[in-house]
Amino acid sequence: MAAVQETIDQVKSIDVTEYKYGFVTEIEVDKPAKGLTEDTVRYISARKNEPEWMLEWRLDAFRRWKTMTEPNWSRVQYPPIDYQDIYYYAAPKKGAAPKSLDEVDPAILETYKKLGIPLSEQEILAGVAPENRVAVDAVFDSVSVVTTFKEELAKAGVIFCSISDAIREHPELVKKYLATVVPVTDNYFATLNCAVFTDGSFVYIPKGVRCPMELSTYFRINEQNTGQFERTLIIADEGSYVSYLEGCTAPKRDENQLHAAVVELIALDDAEIKYSTVQNWYPGDAEGKGGIYNFVTKRGDCRGKRSKISWTQVETGSAITWKYPSCILRGDGSRGEFYSIAVSNGAQQVDSGTKMLHLGKNTTSKIIAKGIAAGKSDSTYRGMVSAHRKATGARNFTNCDSLLIGDQCGAHTIPYIEAKTASAIFEHEATTSKIGEDQMFYCQQRGLSEEEAVALIVNGFVKEVLQQLPMEFAVEAQKLITISLEGSVG
Amino acid sequence: MAIITPLKTAAEQQLAEQFANVKAELPGAGAVRKLREDAFAGFEAKGLPHRRLESWRYTDLRSLVREAMPLARRSERPQAVADRLAIQTIPGPRLVSIDGIFSPTDSDLDTLPEGVTVRSLAEALTEAPEATAAALALPEVARDDSALMLNAAFARDGIVIEIAPGVELSRPILLLGIDSGAKETAQFSRVLVSVGAGAKATVVEQCESVGAAPSQINSALSFAVGDNAEVEHVRIVTRQRPETVRVQSLLAEIGAHANFASVALATCCGVLRQQSFVRYAGEHSRAALRGINLLRKQEHSDVTLVMDHAAAHGESRELFKNIIEGEATGVFQGKVVVRQHSQKTDGSMKSNALLLNDGATMFNKPELEIFADDVVCGHGATVAQMDGEQLFYLMARGLPRPQAEALVLTAFAGEVTEFVGDEAVREIVMREIDRWLSQREAAPKLETI
Amino acid sequence: MLEIRNLVVKIADEDKQILNGLNLTVNAGEVAAIMGPNGSGKSTLSYVIAGKEDYEVLDGEILLNGENILEMEADARAAAGIFLAFQYPLEIPGVATMTFLKAAMNAQRKARGEAELLTPDFIKQVNTAADSLGIARDMLRRPLNVGFSGGEKKRMEILQMALLAPSMCILDETDSGLDIDALRIVADGVNALRAKNRGFLVITHYQRLLDHIVPDTVHVMSKGKIVRTGGKELALELEKSGYASYGEAA
Repeated sequence: MAAVQETIDQVKSIDVTEYKYGFVTEIEVDKPAKGLTEDTVRYISARKNEPEWMLEWRLDAFRRWKTMTEPNWSRVQYPPIDYQDIYYYAAPKKGAAPKSLDEVDPAILETYKKLGIPLSEQEILAGVAPENRVAVDAVFDSVSVVTTFKEELAKAGVIFCSISDAIREHPELVKKYLATVVPVTDNYFATLNCAVFTDGSFVYIPKGVRCPMELSTYFRINEQNTGQFERTLIIADEGSYVSYLEGCTAPKRDENQLHAAVVELIALDDAEIKYSTVQNWYPGDAEGKGGIYNFVTKRGDCRGKRSKISWTQVETGSAITWKYPSCILRGDGSRGEFYSIAVSNGAQQVDSGTKMLHLGKNTTSKIIAKGIAAGKSDSTYRGMVSAHRKATGARNFTNCDSLLIGDQCGAHTIPYIEAKTASAIFEHEATTSKIGEDQMFYCQQRGLSEEEAVALIVNGFVKEVLQQLPMEFAVEAQKLITISLEGSVG
Repeated sequence: MAIITPLKTAAEQQLAEQFANVKAELPGAGAVRKLREDAFAGFEAKGLPHRRLESWRYTDLRSLVREAMPLARRSERPQAVADRLAIQTIPGPRLVSIDGIFSPTDSDLDTLPEGVTVRSLAEALTEAPEATAAALALPEVARDDSALMLNAAFARDGIVIEIAPGVELSRPILLLGIDSGAKETAQFSRVLVSVGAGAKATVVEQCESVGAAPSQINSALSFAVGDNAEVEHVRIVTRQRPETVRVQSLLAEIGAHANFASVALATCCGVLRQQSFVRYAGEHSRAALRGINLLRKQEHSDVTLVMDHAAAHGESRELFKNIIEGEATGVFQGKVVVRQHSQKTDGSMKSNALLLNDGATMFNKPELEIFADDVVCGHGATVAQMDGEQLFYLMARGLPRPQAEALVLTAFAGEVTEFVGDEAVREIVMREIDRWLSQREAAPKLETI
Repeated sequence: MLEIRNLVVKIADEDKQILNGLNLTVNAGEVAAIMGPNGSGKSTLSYVIAGKEDYEVLDGEILLNGENILEMEADARAAAGIFLAFQYPLEIPGVATMTFLKAAMNAQRKARGEAELLTPDFIKQVNTAADSLGIARDMLRRPLNVGFSGGEKKRMEILQMALLAPSMCILDETDSGLDIDALRIVADGVNALRAKNRGFLVITHYQRLLDHIVPDTVHVMSKGKIVRTGGKELALELEKSGYASYGEAA
């Protein structure tokens, strides 16, 4: 028990200032006045050189948003957000809309370098085998500063660009698919996003194409009092495949900042989308001061037959996380997967999970969710699996496990399992426990320190999910989990 | 989202009128009167439970109760009630309520074992208003439940049973609740059972309707289980009118080193909500809630429970089995709450459902809410059809399909029935299950996997 | 006794065809063995004879004593005398083995128009059969096959075979998962049931079982057909040469 007491003491003295991406980049920015009115929406649209239809679409969303109220059903608590006290747009002044890397503010390039995301293609090419290359769309506050490997991808017919470019250059695709998975009025934050989204990525993989490299977007919030409203749209046409990665960081600030993103995935017949996230927004300090409010709507639509969408997320950051990457299994024989690791420490609050909506015949889904709560954090898994009357042969397997470290944290599991067809088979299992003392003793008896032992056991606990990540991401995620639990586990 | 107070429904308005008319004549003054008024005020603020409330998500009383039926009163006894009373089901003292009103003349008050006292709730409310009002109050985890508020406001009668410390009952006490169904009535009743330290008792509730008219029944059974006491509870709800809406609450407060185990069987249940709130008040106590719901036609069964581990070293076991055919709906919402200092809690919750045909529906929501780290808690939920491989194996040995299915279904339910300790009671439970199985229409052929 | 003519079978809901015009005859009193590589369709054949619903018969017929059984449900086939000893006997939690045995024996008797067994007679029969197979009495009280070892499950299959006294016994890979002692007990049990009015179809991948249950006939199955038929020496030949010459890897 002595060892346990020691762990508890360490948790109490936890120093969340371990966050290593908390620096600020000093650059000149261009931003409108604080607050949100129709003029703000017009300003954003104008800065993006958007066509008239897009502005109208945004204004319509804004008017609807004004009639809506903020949801309060999740297990998270925060003071009321003053939507008039936020900057809705912030763009680096220098080199707005850069044509090449040379035009990008060197301070920004330096930032990404510090974050471990090289943006120069030469740098990436040096020493990396072609199959391991990753194309990056780098979003800095409200704008995409650069997208790498665009030409090479274009040769394969793949469109990978910022959503702003897509609206101008591929309006037919944007019009056809935007908001078809997450309707404009889906929820309060999604509607807000429709009105004021600034940037994000757009991906289109043509029929039968296997995307030649991993695609990724790296989101960085830099400016103070700025909300980031990212919008991502990925379409995998018939028989295509794409793997997409998303990373996020922000500076340490005492004020909370809002990140309200919408991500829509569409997989047509026989297409597959693999979407991975390593979310490491600034979590705030141990007392809960500062940090990002991560209120995100992510949804995939398995629209085609035998299509597949797989979500993998490693959530270590944010003061509050509120996200449920989901799959609509519309196409017959389609498959949805959700693999998640949610690590919370300090005063973080996580309410996350997924929805698997079985609509088509013989659809299958799998949910593996691992929650680790330490410090004074609160972690909730919330999930829904449902089979429509016509979803004959639907199958789901769900496993959600929680691990508690210290007696100040909470772990909750709220699954909804709804079956309306006799041929559905749904299995759900969940456990909550702490690290076993005998496991700890065994490791320590073999010579591991207490911290190493906990790290080892935690890594074992999350392994099934880590295996879903592309190799380099998995290594990074593993390190991140260890750092996030620093002070509580070592 | 702001809580919008919706306009009152017709039923809610009728309830308000009923309360205004009847509150002066309901038994109990002083503390009881205040409790009733507070409870009704609480109800008025919330209205009938509806689907927007998380704990009533799948059973919308606001739409199920269109009109409030007239309150039941002691009345002429129809022949059907007398006929039912003539049937003895299990040995042991029988306490009879008709339409929620205790009937001492039909009850075995003379043969009560030593150490057991019984009186009517009306009597207790009149003679000991303070203590009885305290026992009627809503438990912490159910303080927002407007169905319980209605029960506290309107409960006209019921039974108060006291089992003295150390008394060990050899035979179960049977609470026979008959819904006469002579005309449409709303019945509000409450049974309070206090089991003294170290005592041992089995309490069996049988709820049946014998008439043709549907009812609105809101009854609650509260147990105060003393330290080191052992209580077994069995509930059998059968033969309801299809349109009857029944809310059956079970409240248990469990002392240290005590043991509380409940098994509930529902067949032919109309619209039934069984909600249980168990609070672990002392350390090292154990509680188990188990149940079987056999549903067909348009029946609706909602099992909602909260296991509130407010003390350390508690153990909880929940196991619910739903077998659903026709257009029926089964609901299981279970929540295990482990409070911060309730270390070493050991909880296990399972819900298994078999859907026998398309059109049958099951909603499962097994929740864990945990604030202590040194715990082992788990839950599992499955929804499936009958195992085709098992059926084939049995049929390959010569069992005709209906018999093979009955065997598989009996075994499925058997994982719960084995927990009924009293043999005579288990026999009755098994008989009800067999009866339900024998009433299945020629077993529909299942699609193979 | 059992006659299979031009049997063509596919998996229901899939396009995969497993049996491709199979012909086979097993006479009363005969022990026929079917050997073949994995995936040749051996287990499918046993399931189709016993009446499992996951398969669709596209062509052909299965005659038992001259009567086509394809339209019969599994229980009717059992009553008609077909017994399948499963490769993987199913676990039925909550159903005591004794309850199950009695239900099965009486169901078959009823289907044949015979009177139900009296309980004392039933218990006597079960105990005698269980003793000869080395099955402990307490196993009979446990739920059917639940927590039984591989060997125990296979012995339980033979016990059922002895009690139900079928006319056509099909043994599907009965030797799989058995150590040599368990194999001997199971084989002795089968041999004791050999009779001139009873046919056996022994399905196996390895020749080992056939050392203990010596067949009269050996059929080689490949790609859903019987490709060769011979005497018991054929099994030994296969043991040496493998299945490679039949166009499939062993």
